[in-house]
Formats: sequence, C-alpha cells, structure tokens
Amino acid sequence: MRDLVNRRRFLSAAGLAGAGIAISPQVLAAEAAKPDPLITEVQDWQRYLGDGVDRRPYGSPSKFEKNVIRRDVSWLTASAESSVNFTPLHELDGIITPSGLCFERHHGGVAEIDPAKHRLMINGLVEKPLVFTMDDIKRMPRTNRIHFLECAANSGMEWRGAQLNGCQFTHGMVHNVMYTGVPLKVVLDEAGLRPNAKWLMLEGGDASGMNRSLPIEKGLDDVLLAFAMNGEALRPEQGYPLRAVIPGWEGNLWVKWLRRIEVGDQPWQTREETSKYTDLLADGRSRKHTFIMDAKSVVTNPSPQAPLKYRGRNVLSGFAWSGRGTVKRVDVSLDGGRNWRTARIDGPVLDKSLTRFYVDFDWNGEELMVQSRAMDSTNYVQPTKDELRKVRGVNSIYHNNGIQTWLVHGNGETENVELV
Amino acid sequence: MSSLSRLFAAGVVAGVLGCGTVSAVSGESPHSSTSTAKPTAKMGLGRQALPEEIAAWDTDVRPDGRGLPVGRGTVKQGDDLFQERCASCHGEFGQGAGRWPVLAGGQGTLKADRPDKTIGSFWPDLSTVYDYIKRAMPYGNARSLTDDEAYALVAFLLNLNDIVKDENFELSDKNFTSIKMPNADAFFDDDREASEKRFWNKDPCMSNCRDVPHVTGKAISIDVTPDGKSGPKVD
Repeated sequence: MRDLVNRRRFLSAAGLAGAGIAISPQVLAAEAAKPDPLITEVQDWQRYLGDGVDRRPYGSPSKFEKNVIRRDVSWLTASAESSVNFTPLHELDGIITPSGLCFERHHGGVAEIDPAKHRLMINGLVEKPLVFTMDDIKRMPRTNRIHFLECAANSGMEWRGAQLNGCQFTHGMVHNVMYTGVPLKVVLDEAGLRPNAKWLMLEGGDASGMNRSLPIEKGLDDVLLAFAMNGEALRPEQGYPLRAVIPGWEGNLWVKWLRRIEVGDQPWQTREETSKYTDLLADGRSRKHTFIMDAKSVVTNPSPQAPLKYRGRNVLSGFAWSGRGTVKRVDVSLDGGRNWRTARIDGPVLDKSLTRFYVDFDWNGEELMVQSRAMDSTNYVQPTKDELRKVRGVNSIYHNNGIQTWLVHGNGETENVELV
Repeated sequence: MSSLSRLFAAGVVAGVLGCGTVSAVSGESPHSSTSTAKPTAKMGLGRQALPEEIAAWDTDVRPDGRGLPVGRGTVKQGDDLFQERCASCHGEFGQGAGRWPVLAGGQGTLKADRPDKTIGSFWPDLSTVYDYIKRAMPYGNARSLTDDEAYALVAFLLNLNDIVKDENFELSDKNFTSIKMPNADAFFDDDREASEKRFWNKDPCMSNCRDVPHVTGKAISIDVTPDGKSGPKVD
C-alpha cells in the first residue's frame, strides 16, 4: 500500500500518469497484426488546410509540447521577484537551449528597459570615463560564442541528500546559448585602463542593482558584453538589452541589464560576494570568489521526469560541461558506480559549453543505478557528492557538482536517490 | 579592434595627410594608452561621462571606505526608520518575518549543523551593508533612502547585532572604517586547485570500483517536488 501511495505521488509529481509501462515485444507484435487506423483512415490534417503563413509571425512550439516549460519551486524563496526557475533539461536535446526555456534568476524581477534609454558607463581607473548607447555598442567589432551559464546554486538543494525528483529541479539552473556581443576588452581599451587597474565591478540596471567584482585578467580575456542570444536580441528575463557573459564562471557574475563597469585596484566585497556566493565550510570558514564552475554532468534521460518506457533498445542521454575548458570524456555507470563505460559524445565539443553524450543500450527490466561522470580538458574528474562533502561539509550551498544517481525500477519509473 | 577598422582608420589618416590636420580630422583626440594589456586602437565611440552622471550611478562603497558619502545617522534614528520601512519583512529586531531574511543574531553558529548566517554572524565587511541598503533596499522601493538614512539604518543593524552596544551611537563617514565585523577574518580566496587536487585524475577507475551500492535516501520520501501542474500557464 505504501508503495502504491509512493507510486501515485511519483506519477503526479512528474506529471506523467500512464507512463512507466514497459510494453512487451509480444504485445507490440499483436498490435502490428491489425491495420493501424492512423494509416488506413484519412486524418483531419491530411484533408483540411492548416494555418496560413500570416498566422504565426513569431512561432511557438507545438501545442503537444505544452509541458516543455520552465518550472519553479515556490518554497525555495520568499518572493517570486528574487527567485529562480528551472530549464526542462529532460525535454531537450543537442546543446543549444531554446531562449524561451532558459532558466531565470532575478533579484529584483525582470527590468523592462527601452534600449533607446539604456546607457553603459565605464568609470574608475580609466583615462577617460565613457558613456555608451546601445547604438554605440553595436558599432563595435563583435563576436559569436556558445557558452553555458550555470547558477552557482545549481544542485544546491541536494547537499544534504536527495530532495527534488527530476533533473529539471536538481540540475536545471543551467542553459547554453550562442551569444553575440562585443569583447569587454574593446570597451575597456576605448576608455583606456590605468596601470593600477586590477579589478572590475559590473553593475546591473535593475532594481537589485546587482554588483560583482571581477579580476581584470578575466575581463580582458574572454568576457563579452552580449546583446543577442541564439541569433536574436536577448530576452528581457536574460538582461535585454545588454548582459555580461563570463565564460565558465558562476552565473551570478553574468550581470544582466548591465549599466556600469567600474575599474578599481581591489575587489568591492559586494553583498553578492560576501553574504551570498561564498561557500561556508564545515570548520566555519568560507571560501570567497569561487568563480569557476567545475566539471559536471547529468543523465537527463532516463530521469524522474523521463522514465524508461520500453524494454529492449533505449537511448541514455545527458549533458556534461566544465568551466575549466572542454569536456574530454563522459563515463556512464548503470550499477551505481561499480563499473563504467565511456559514453559517445555527439555534436560540437566547445570550450565552456554544454556537451551532449549518449549511451545506446538494451534494457531488460533490471533495476539500474544510473550515473554519469565528466572529465574535462584539465583532467578534472567529476567527484561523487560524498567526496565533495568530505572536503566541504553540507552547508556550502553553492558549487555542488557531485555525481547524480537515478534509480530506475523494473517498471521504468526513475527516482532521485543517494547511495552508500 | 578588427583589421577592417584599422584599415579604415589608416585610410582616413592617409587621405588628409596633405592638409596637415591629421588629429583634427581623424575624429576623437587620441587618449594616452597606459593600460596593462596591449590596447586596441580607439574607435571613437561613446562620449565622456560627466561628473554628475558618475556621481548619480557610482554609489558603491568599498571595505576601506572609498565611496562613502558625507553623512551620519544614530542607532535611535535607525530604529525609527527600520520599524517604518524595514520591519514588515525583516521583523522588529531583524529576526525576519515569515521567510524574509534574518538580519541579526546567529553568532557562533557557523560550525553548527544549521548555521544562521546574518550580518552579525557572517558578513565580513560593514561597507557591504551600506552599499547594499543604499542600492537595493527597501525591496520594491530601492534607491529611496537618503545617505543619512542609510547611515542610521546601518547603525541600528550594528546595534541589533551587538556589534555596537551604545544606543546613542552615531555612525558617520568619519568613524565608519573603525568598525570591525566579527566574522571578518573567516574568509579566504578560492583554493580548490590545492584543497581539491585529488579530483584531478587522468585515469579514473572503470571496473569494480566500489562495493555493491545501497540506496540511503530518496527524494520522494521527502516529497517536496512541485506538482507537474504548477508550472506557468502557456496558453
């Protein structure tokens, strides 16, 4: 009875009533013997005209994809305007996140800014403080790059154990898009850095006035001021008209609605790098300026929101990424980390970008403990959660890149578990 | 700087050489380049920020006090303001109302199973309190406090956290940097490449890597995952 209750709870939590049934080959064969009316009968969409080209000036996904949406966890935060929602990773493939599904994290809601009224100021330790309009910025040499943006708190609810049942919730504070923008170096050079310039402060134009300190080496290396994502203007919730792109580094630094960059000789120790985005260790001390997001991966299919539906042939799929470089390899285990096989990486393998992996496998209904383990171009190997806890304790909130385990039951249902 | 822009700039210079008015015709007057990295050539985009504009936006404050405006405020003034503008979310004593942030207390809990991270127990720098309040509070009506009001609120928060015990205390730009926060020395820069060196391994184990695993915890037994229907409406 208890199992039944749990099963119902699981099904409703995942919104998947009716799923999780493994159909035997015999049943499939019997069905195949009868002609399929979807083939033998003329369907409406074969007879009647569909919408004309003027009906969808900006297209949307099929109505049959209506469950493919960002979701939030209302108990996580006190207010929806300083909160987060989650990318539906289990519904995606390839490496590019559709702009409308990219998770959101705001501290003062979505600022709606008329680009004609937006200004970017550069001041501080520069030869000449400058003000730019968006038109000015779009006259500068630009570049295109694909990078992941991962919230520092992604998987943060899982430090003490398995809490949320779905990779959307455990790993969905990440997205990966192509950015178009201007290298920050171009803008800094236009103002002219003074010799004692060591740190930058990025500041947002929204009501939270998000501000973060950034070492100047990073700013001169690969930081972009982006005005486009996936080929079109940034979405308002992603910082329209201008955001910072800080490849490989924690999402909080990617200041949206970017209005000012100050150049200084030391960090500012703002709220978001002292009270928040510092990592409390078991001994009571805290790491600060933990900028880099370490190598990480997750199997998105199967996962609690995407159970196995069929015995026989299946595709296991997931994402891997690293803030330290490219993904060199992903290993997958089906027995809880006892034995590993190297997954097949398919599609572009880019610096500081999500990378797609697959394992094509046969499943005969046995219980699986599915894990993935990323290795990056620096030979950093994604650790287990217990290995991380040994170093950090359970109260560091941020930077949880521990290996995820999904328990796949004989009926295909899949759940978030911890192992020992 | 793209090579195209460089070519273009060179063309402009070449075209006017005969007139002897190179710097006038080539647009923006060149700035001296003393940057630490190799600078690109100037594009002549943007315009000089005016002092009034910088003053309007550059309100940040550093731990050494750089950026503090001239001003002052007392614990008592801060108490009155706090009750009027802040207590509905943060509680009369900074204890937090409902799920809103707790601002005071928690000293000595950072090694506890459930640490209580507040301004008094956790924040390393007083400048952050001023900077953040002035920039982002009250939530929903940011940038509505005067400089003196922000000083008063910071003074009151110091008092709530027992860092300043004198209720007649006045905080100002003059005495601001003399105040040391209790947890100031407990932060250190990211050391993962040393302290987590063991996570770098060219040849991780591939077979018979561990004992047979056992499930120790399940998300469904906690049952806090949002219902699948709780997502935003799409039609």
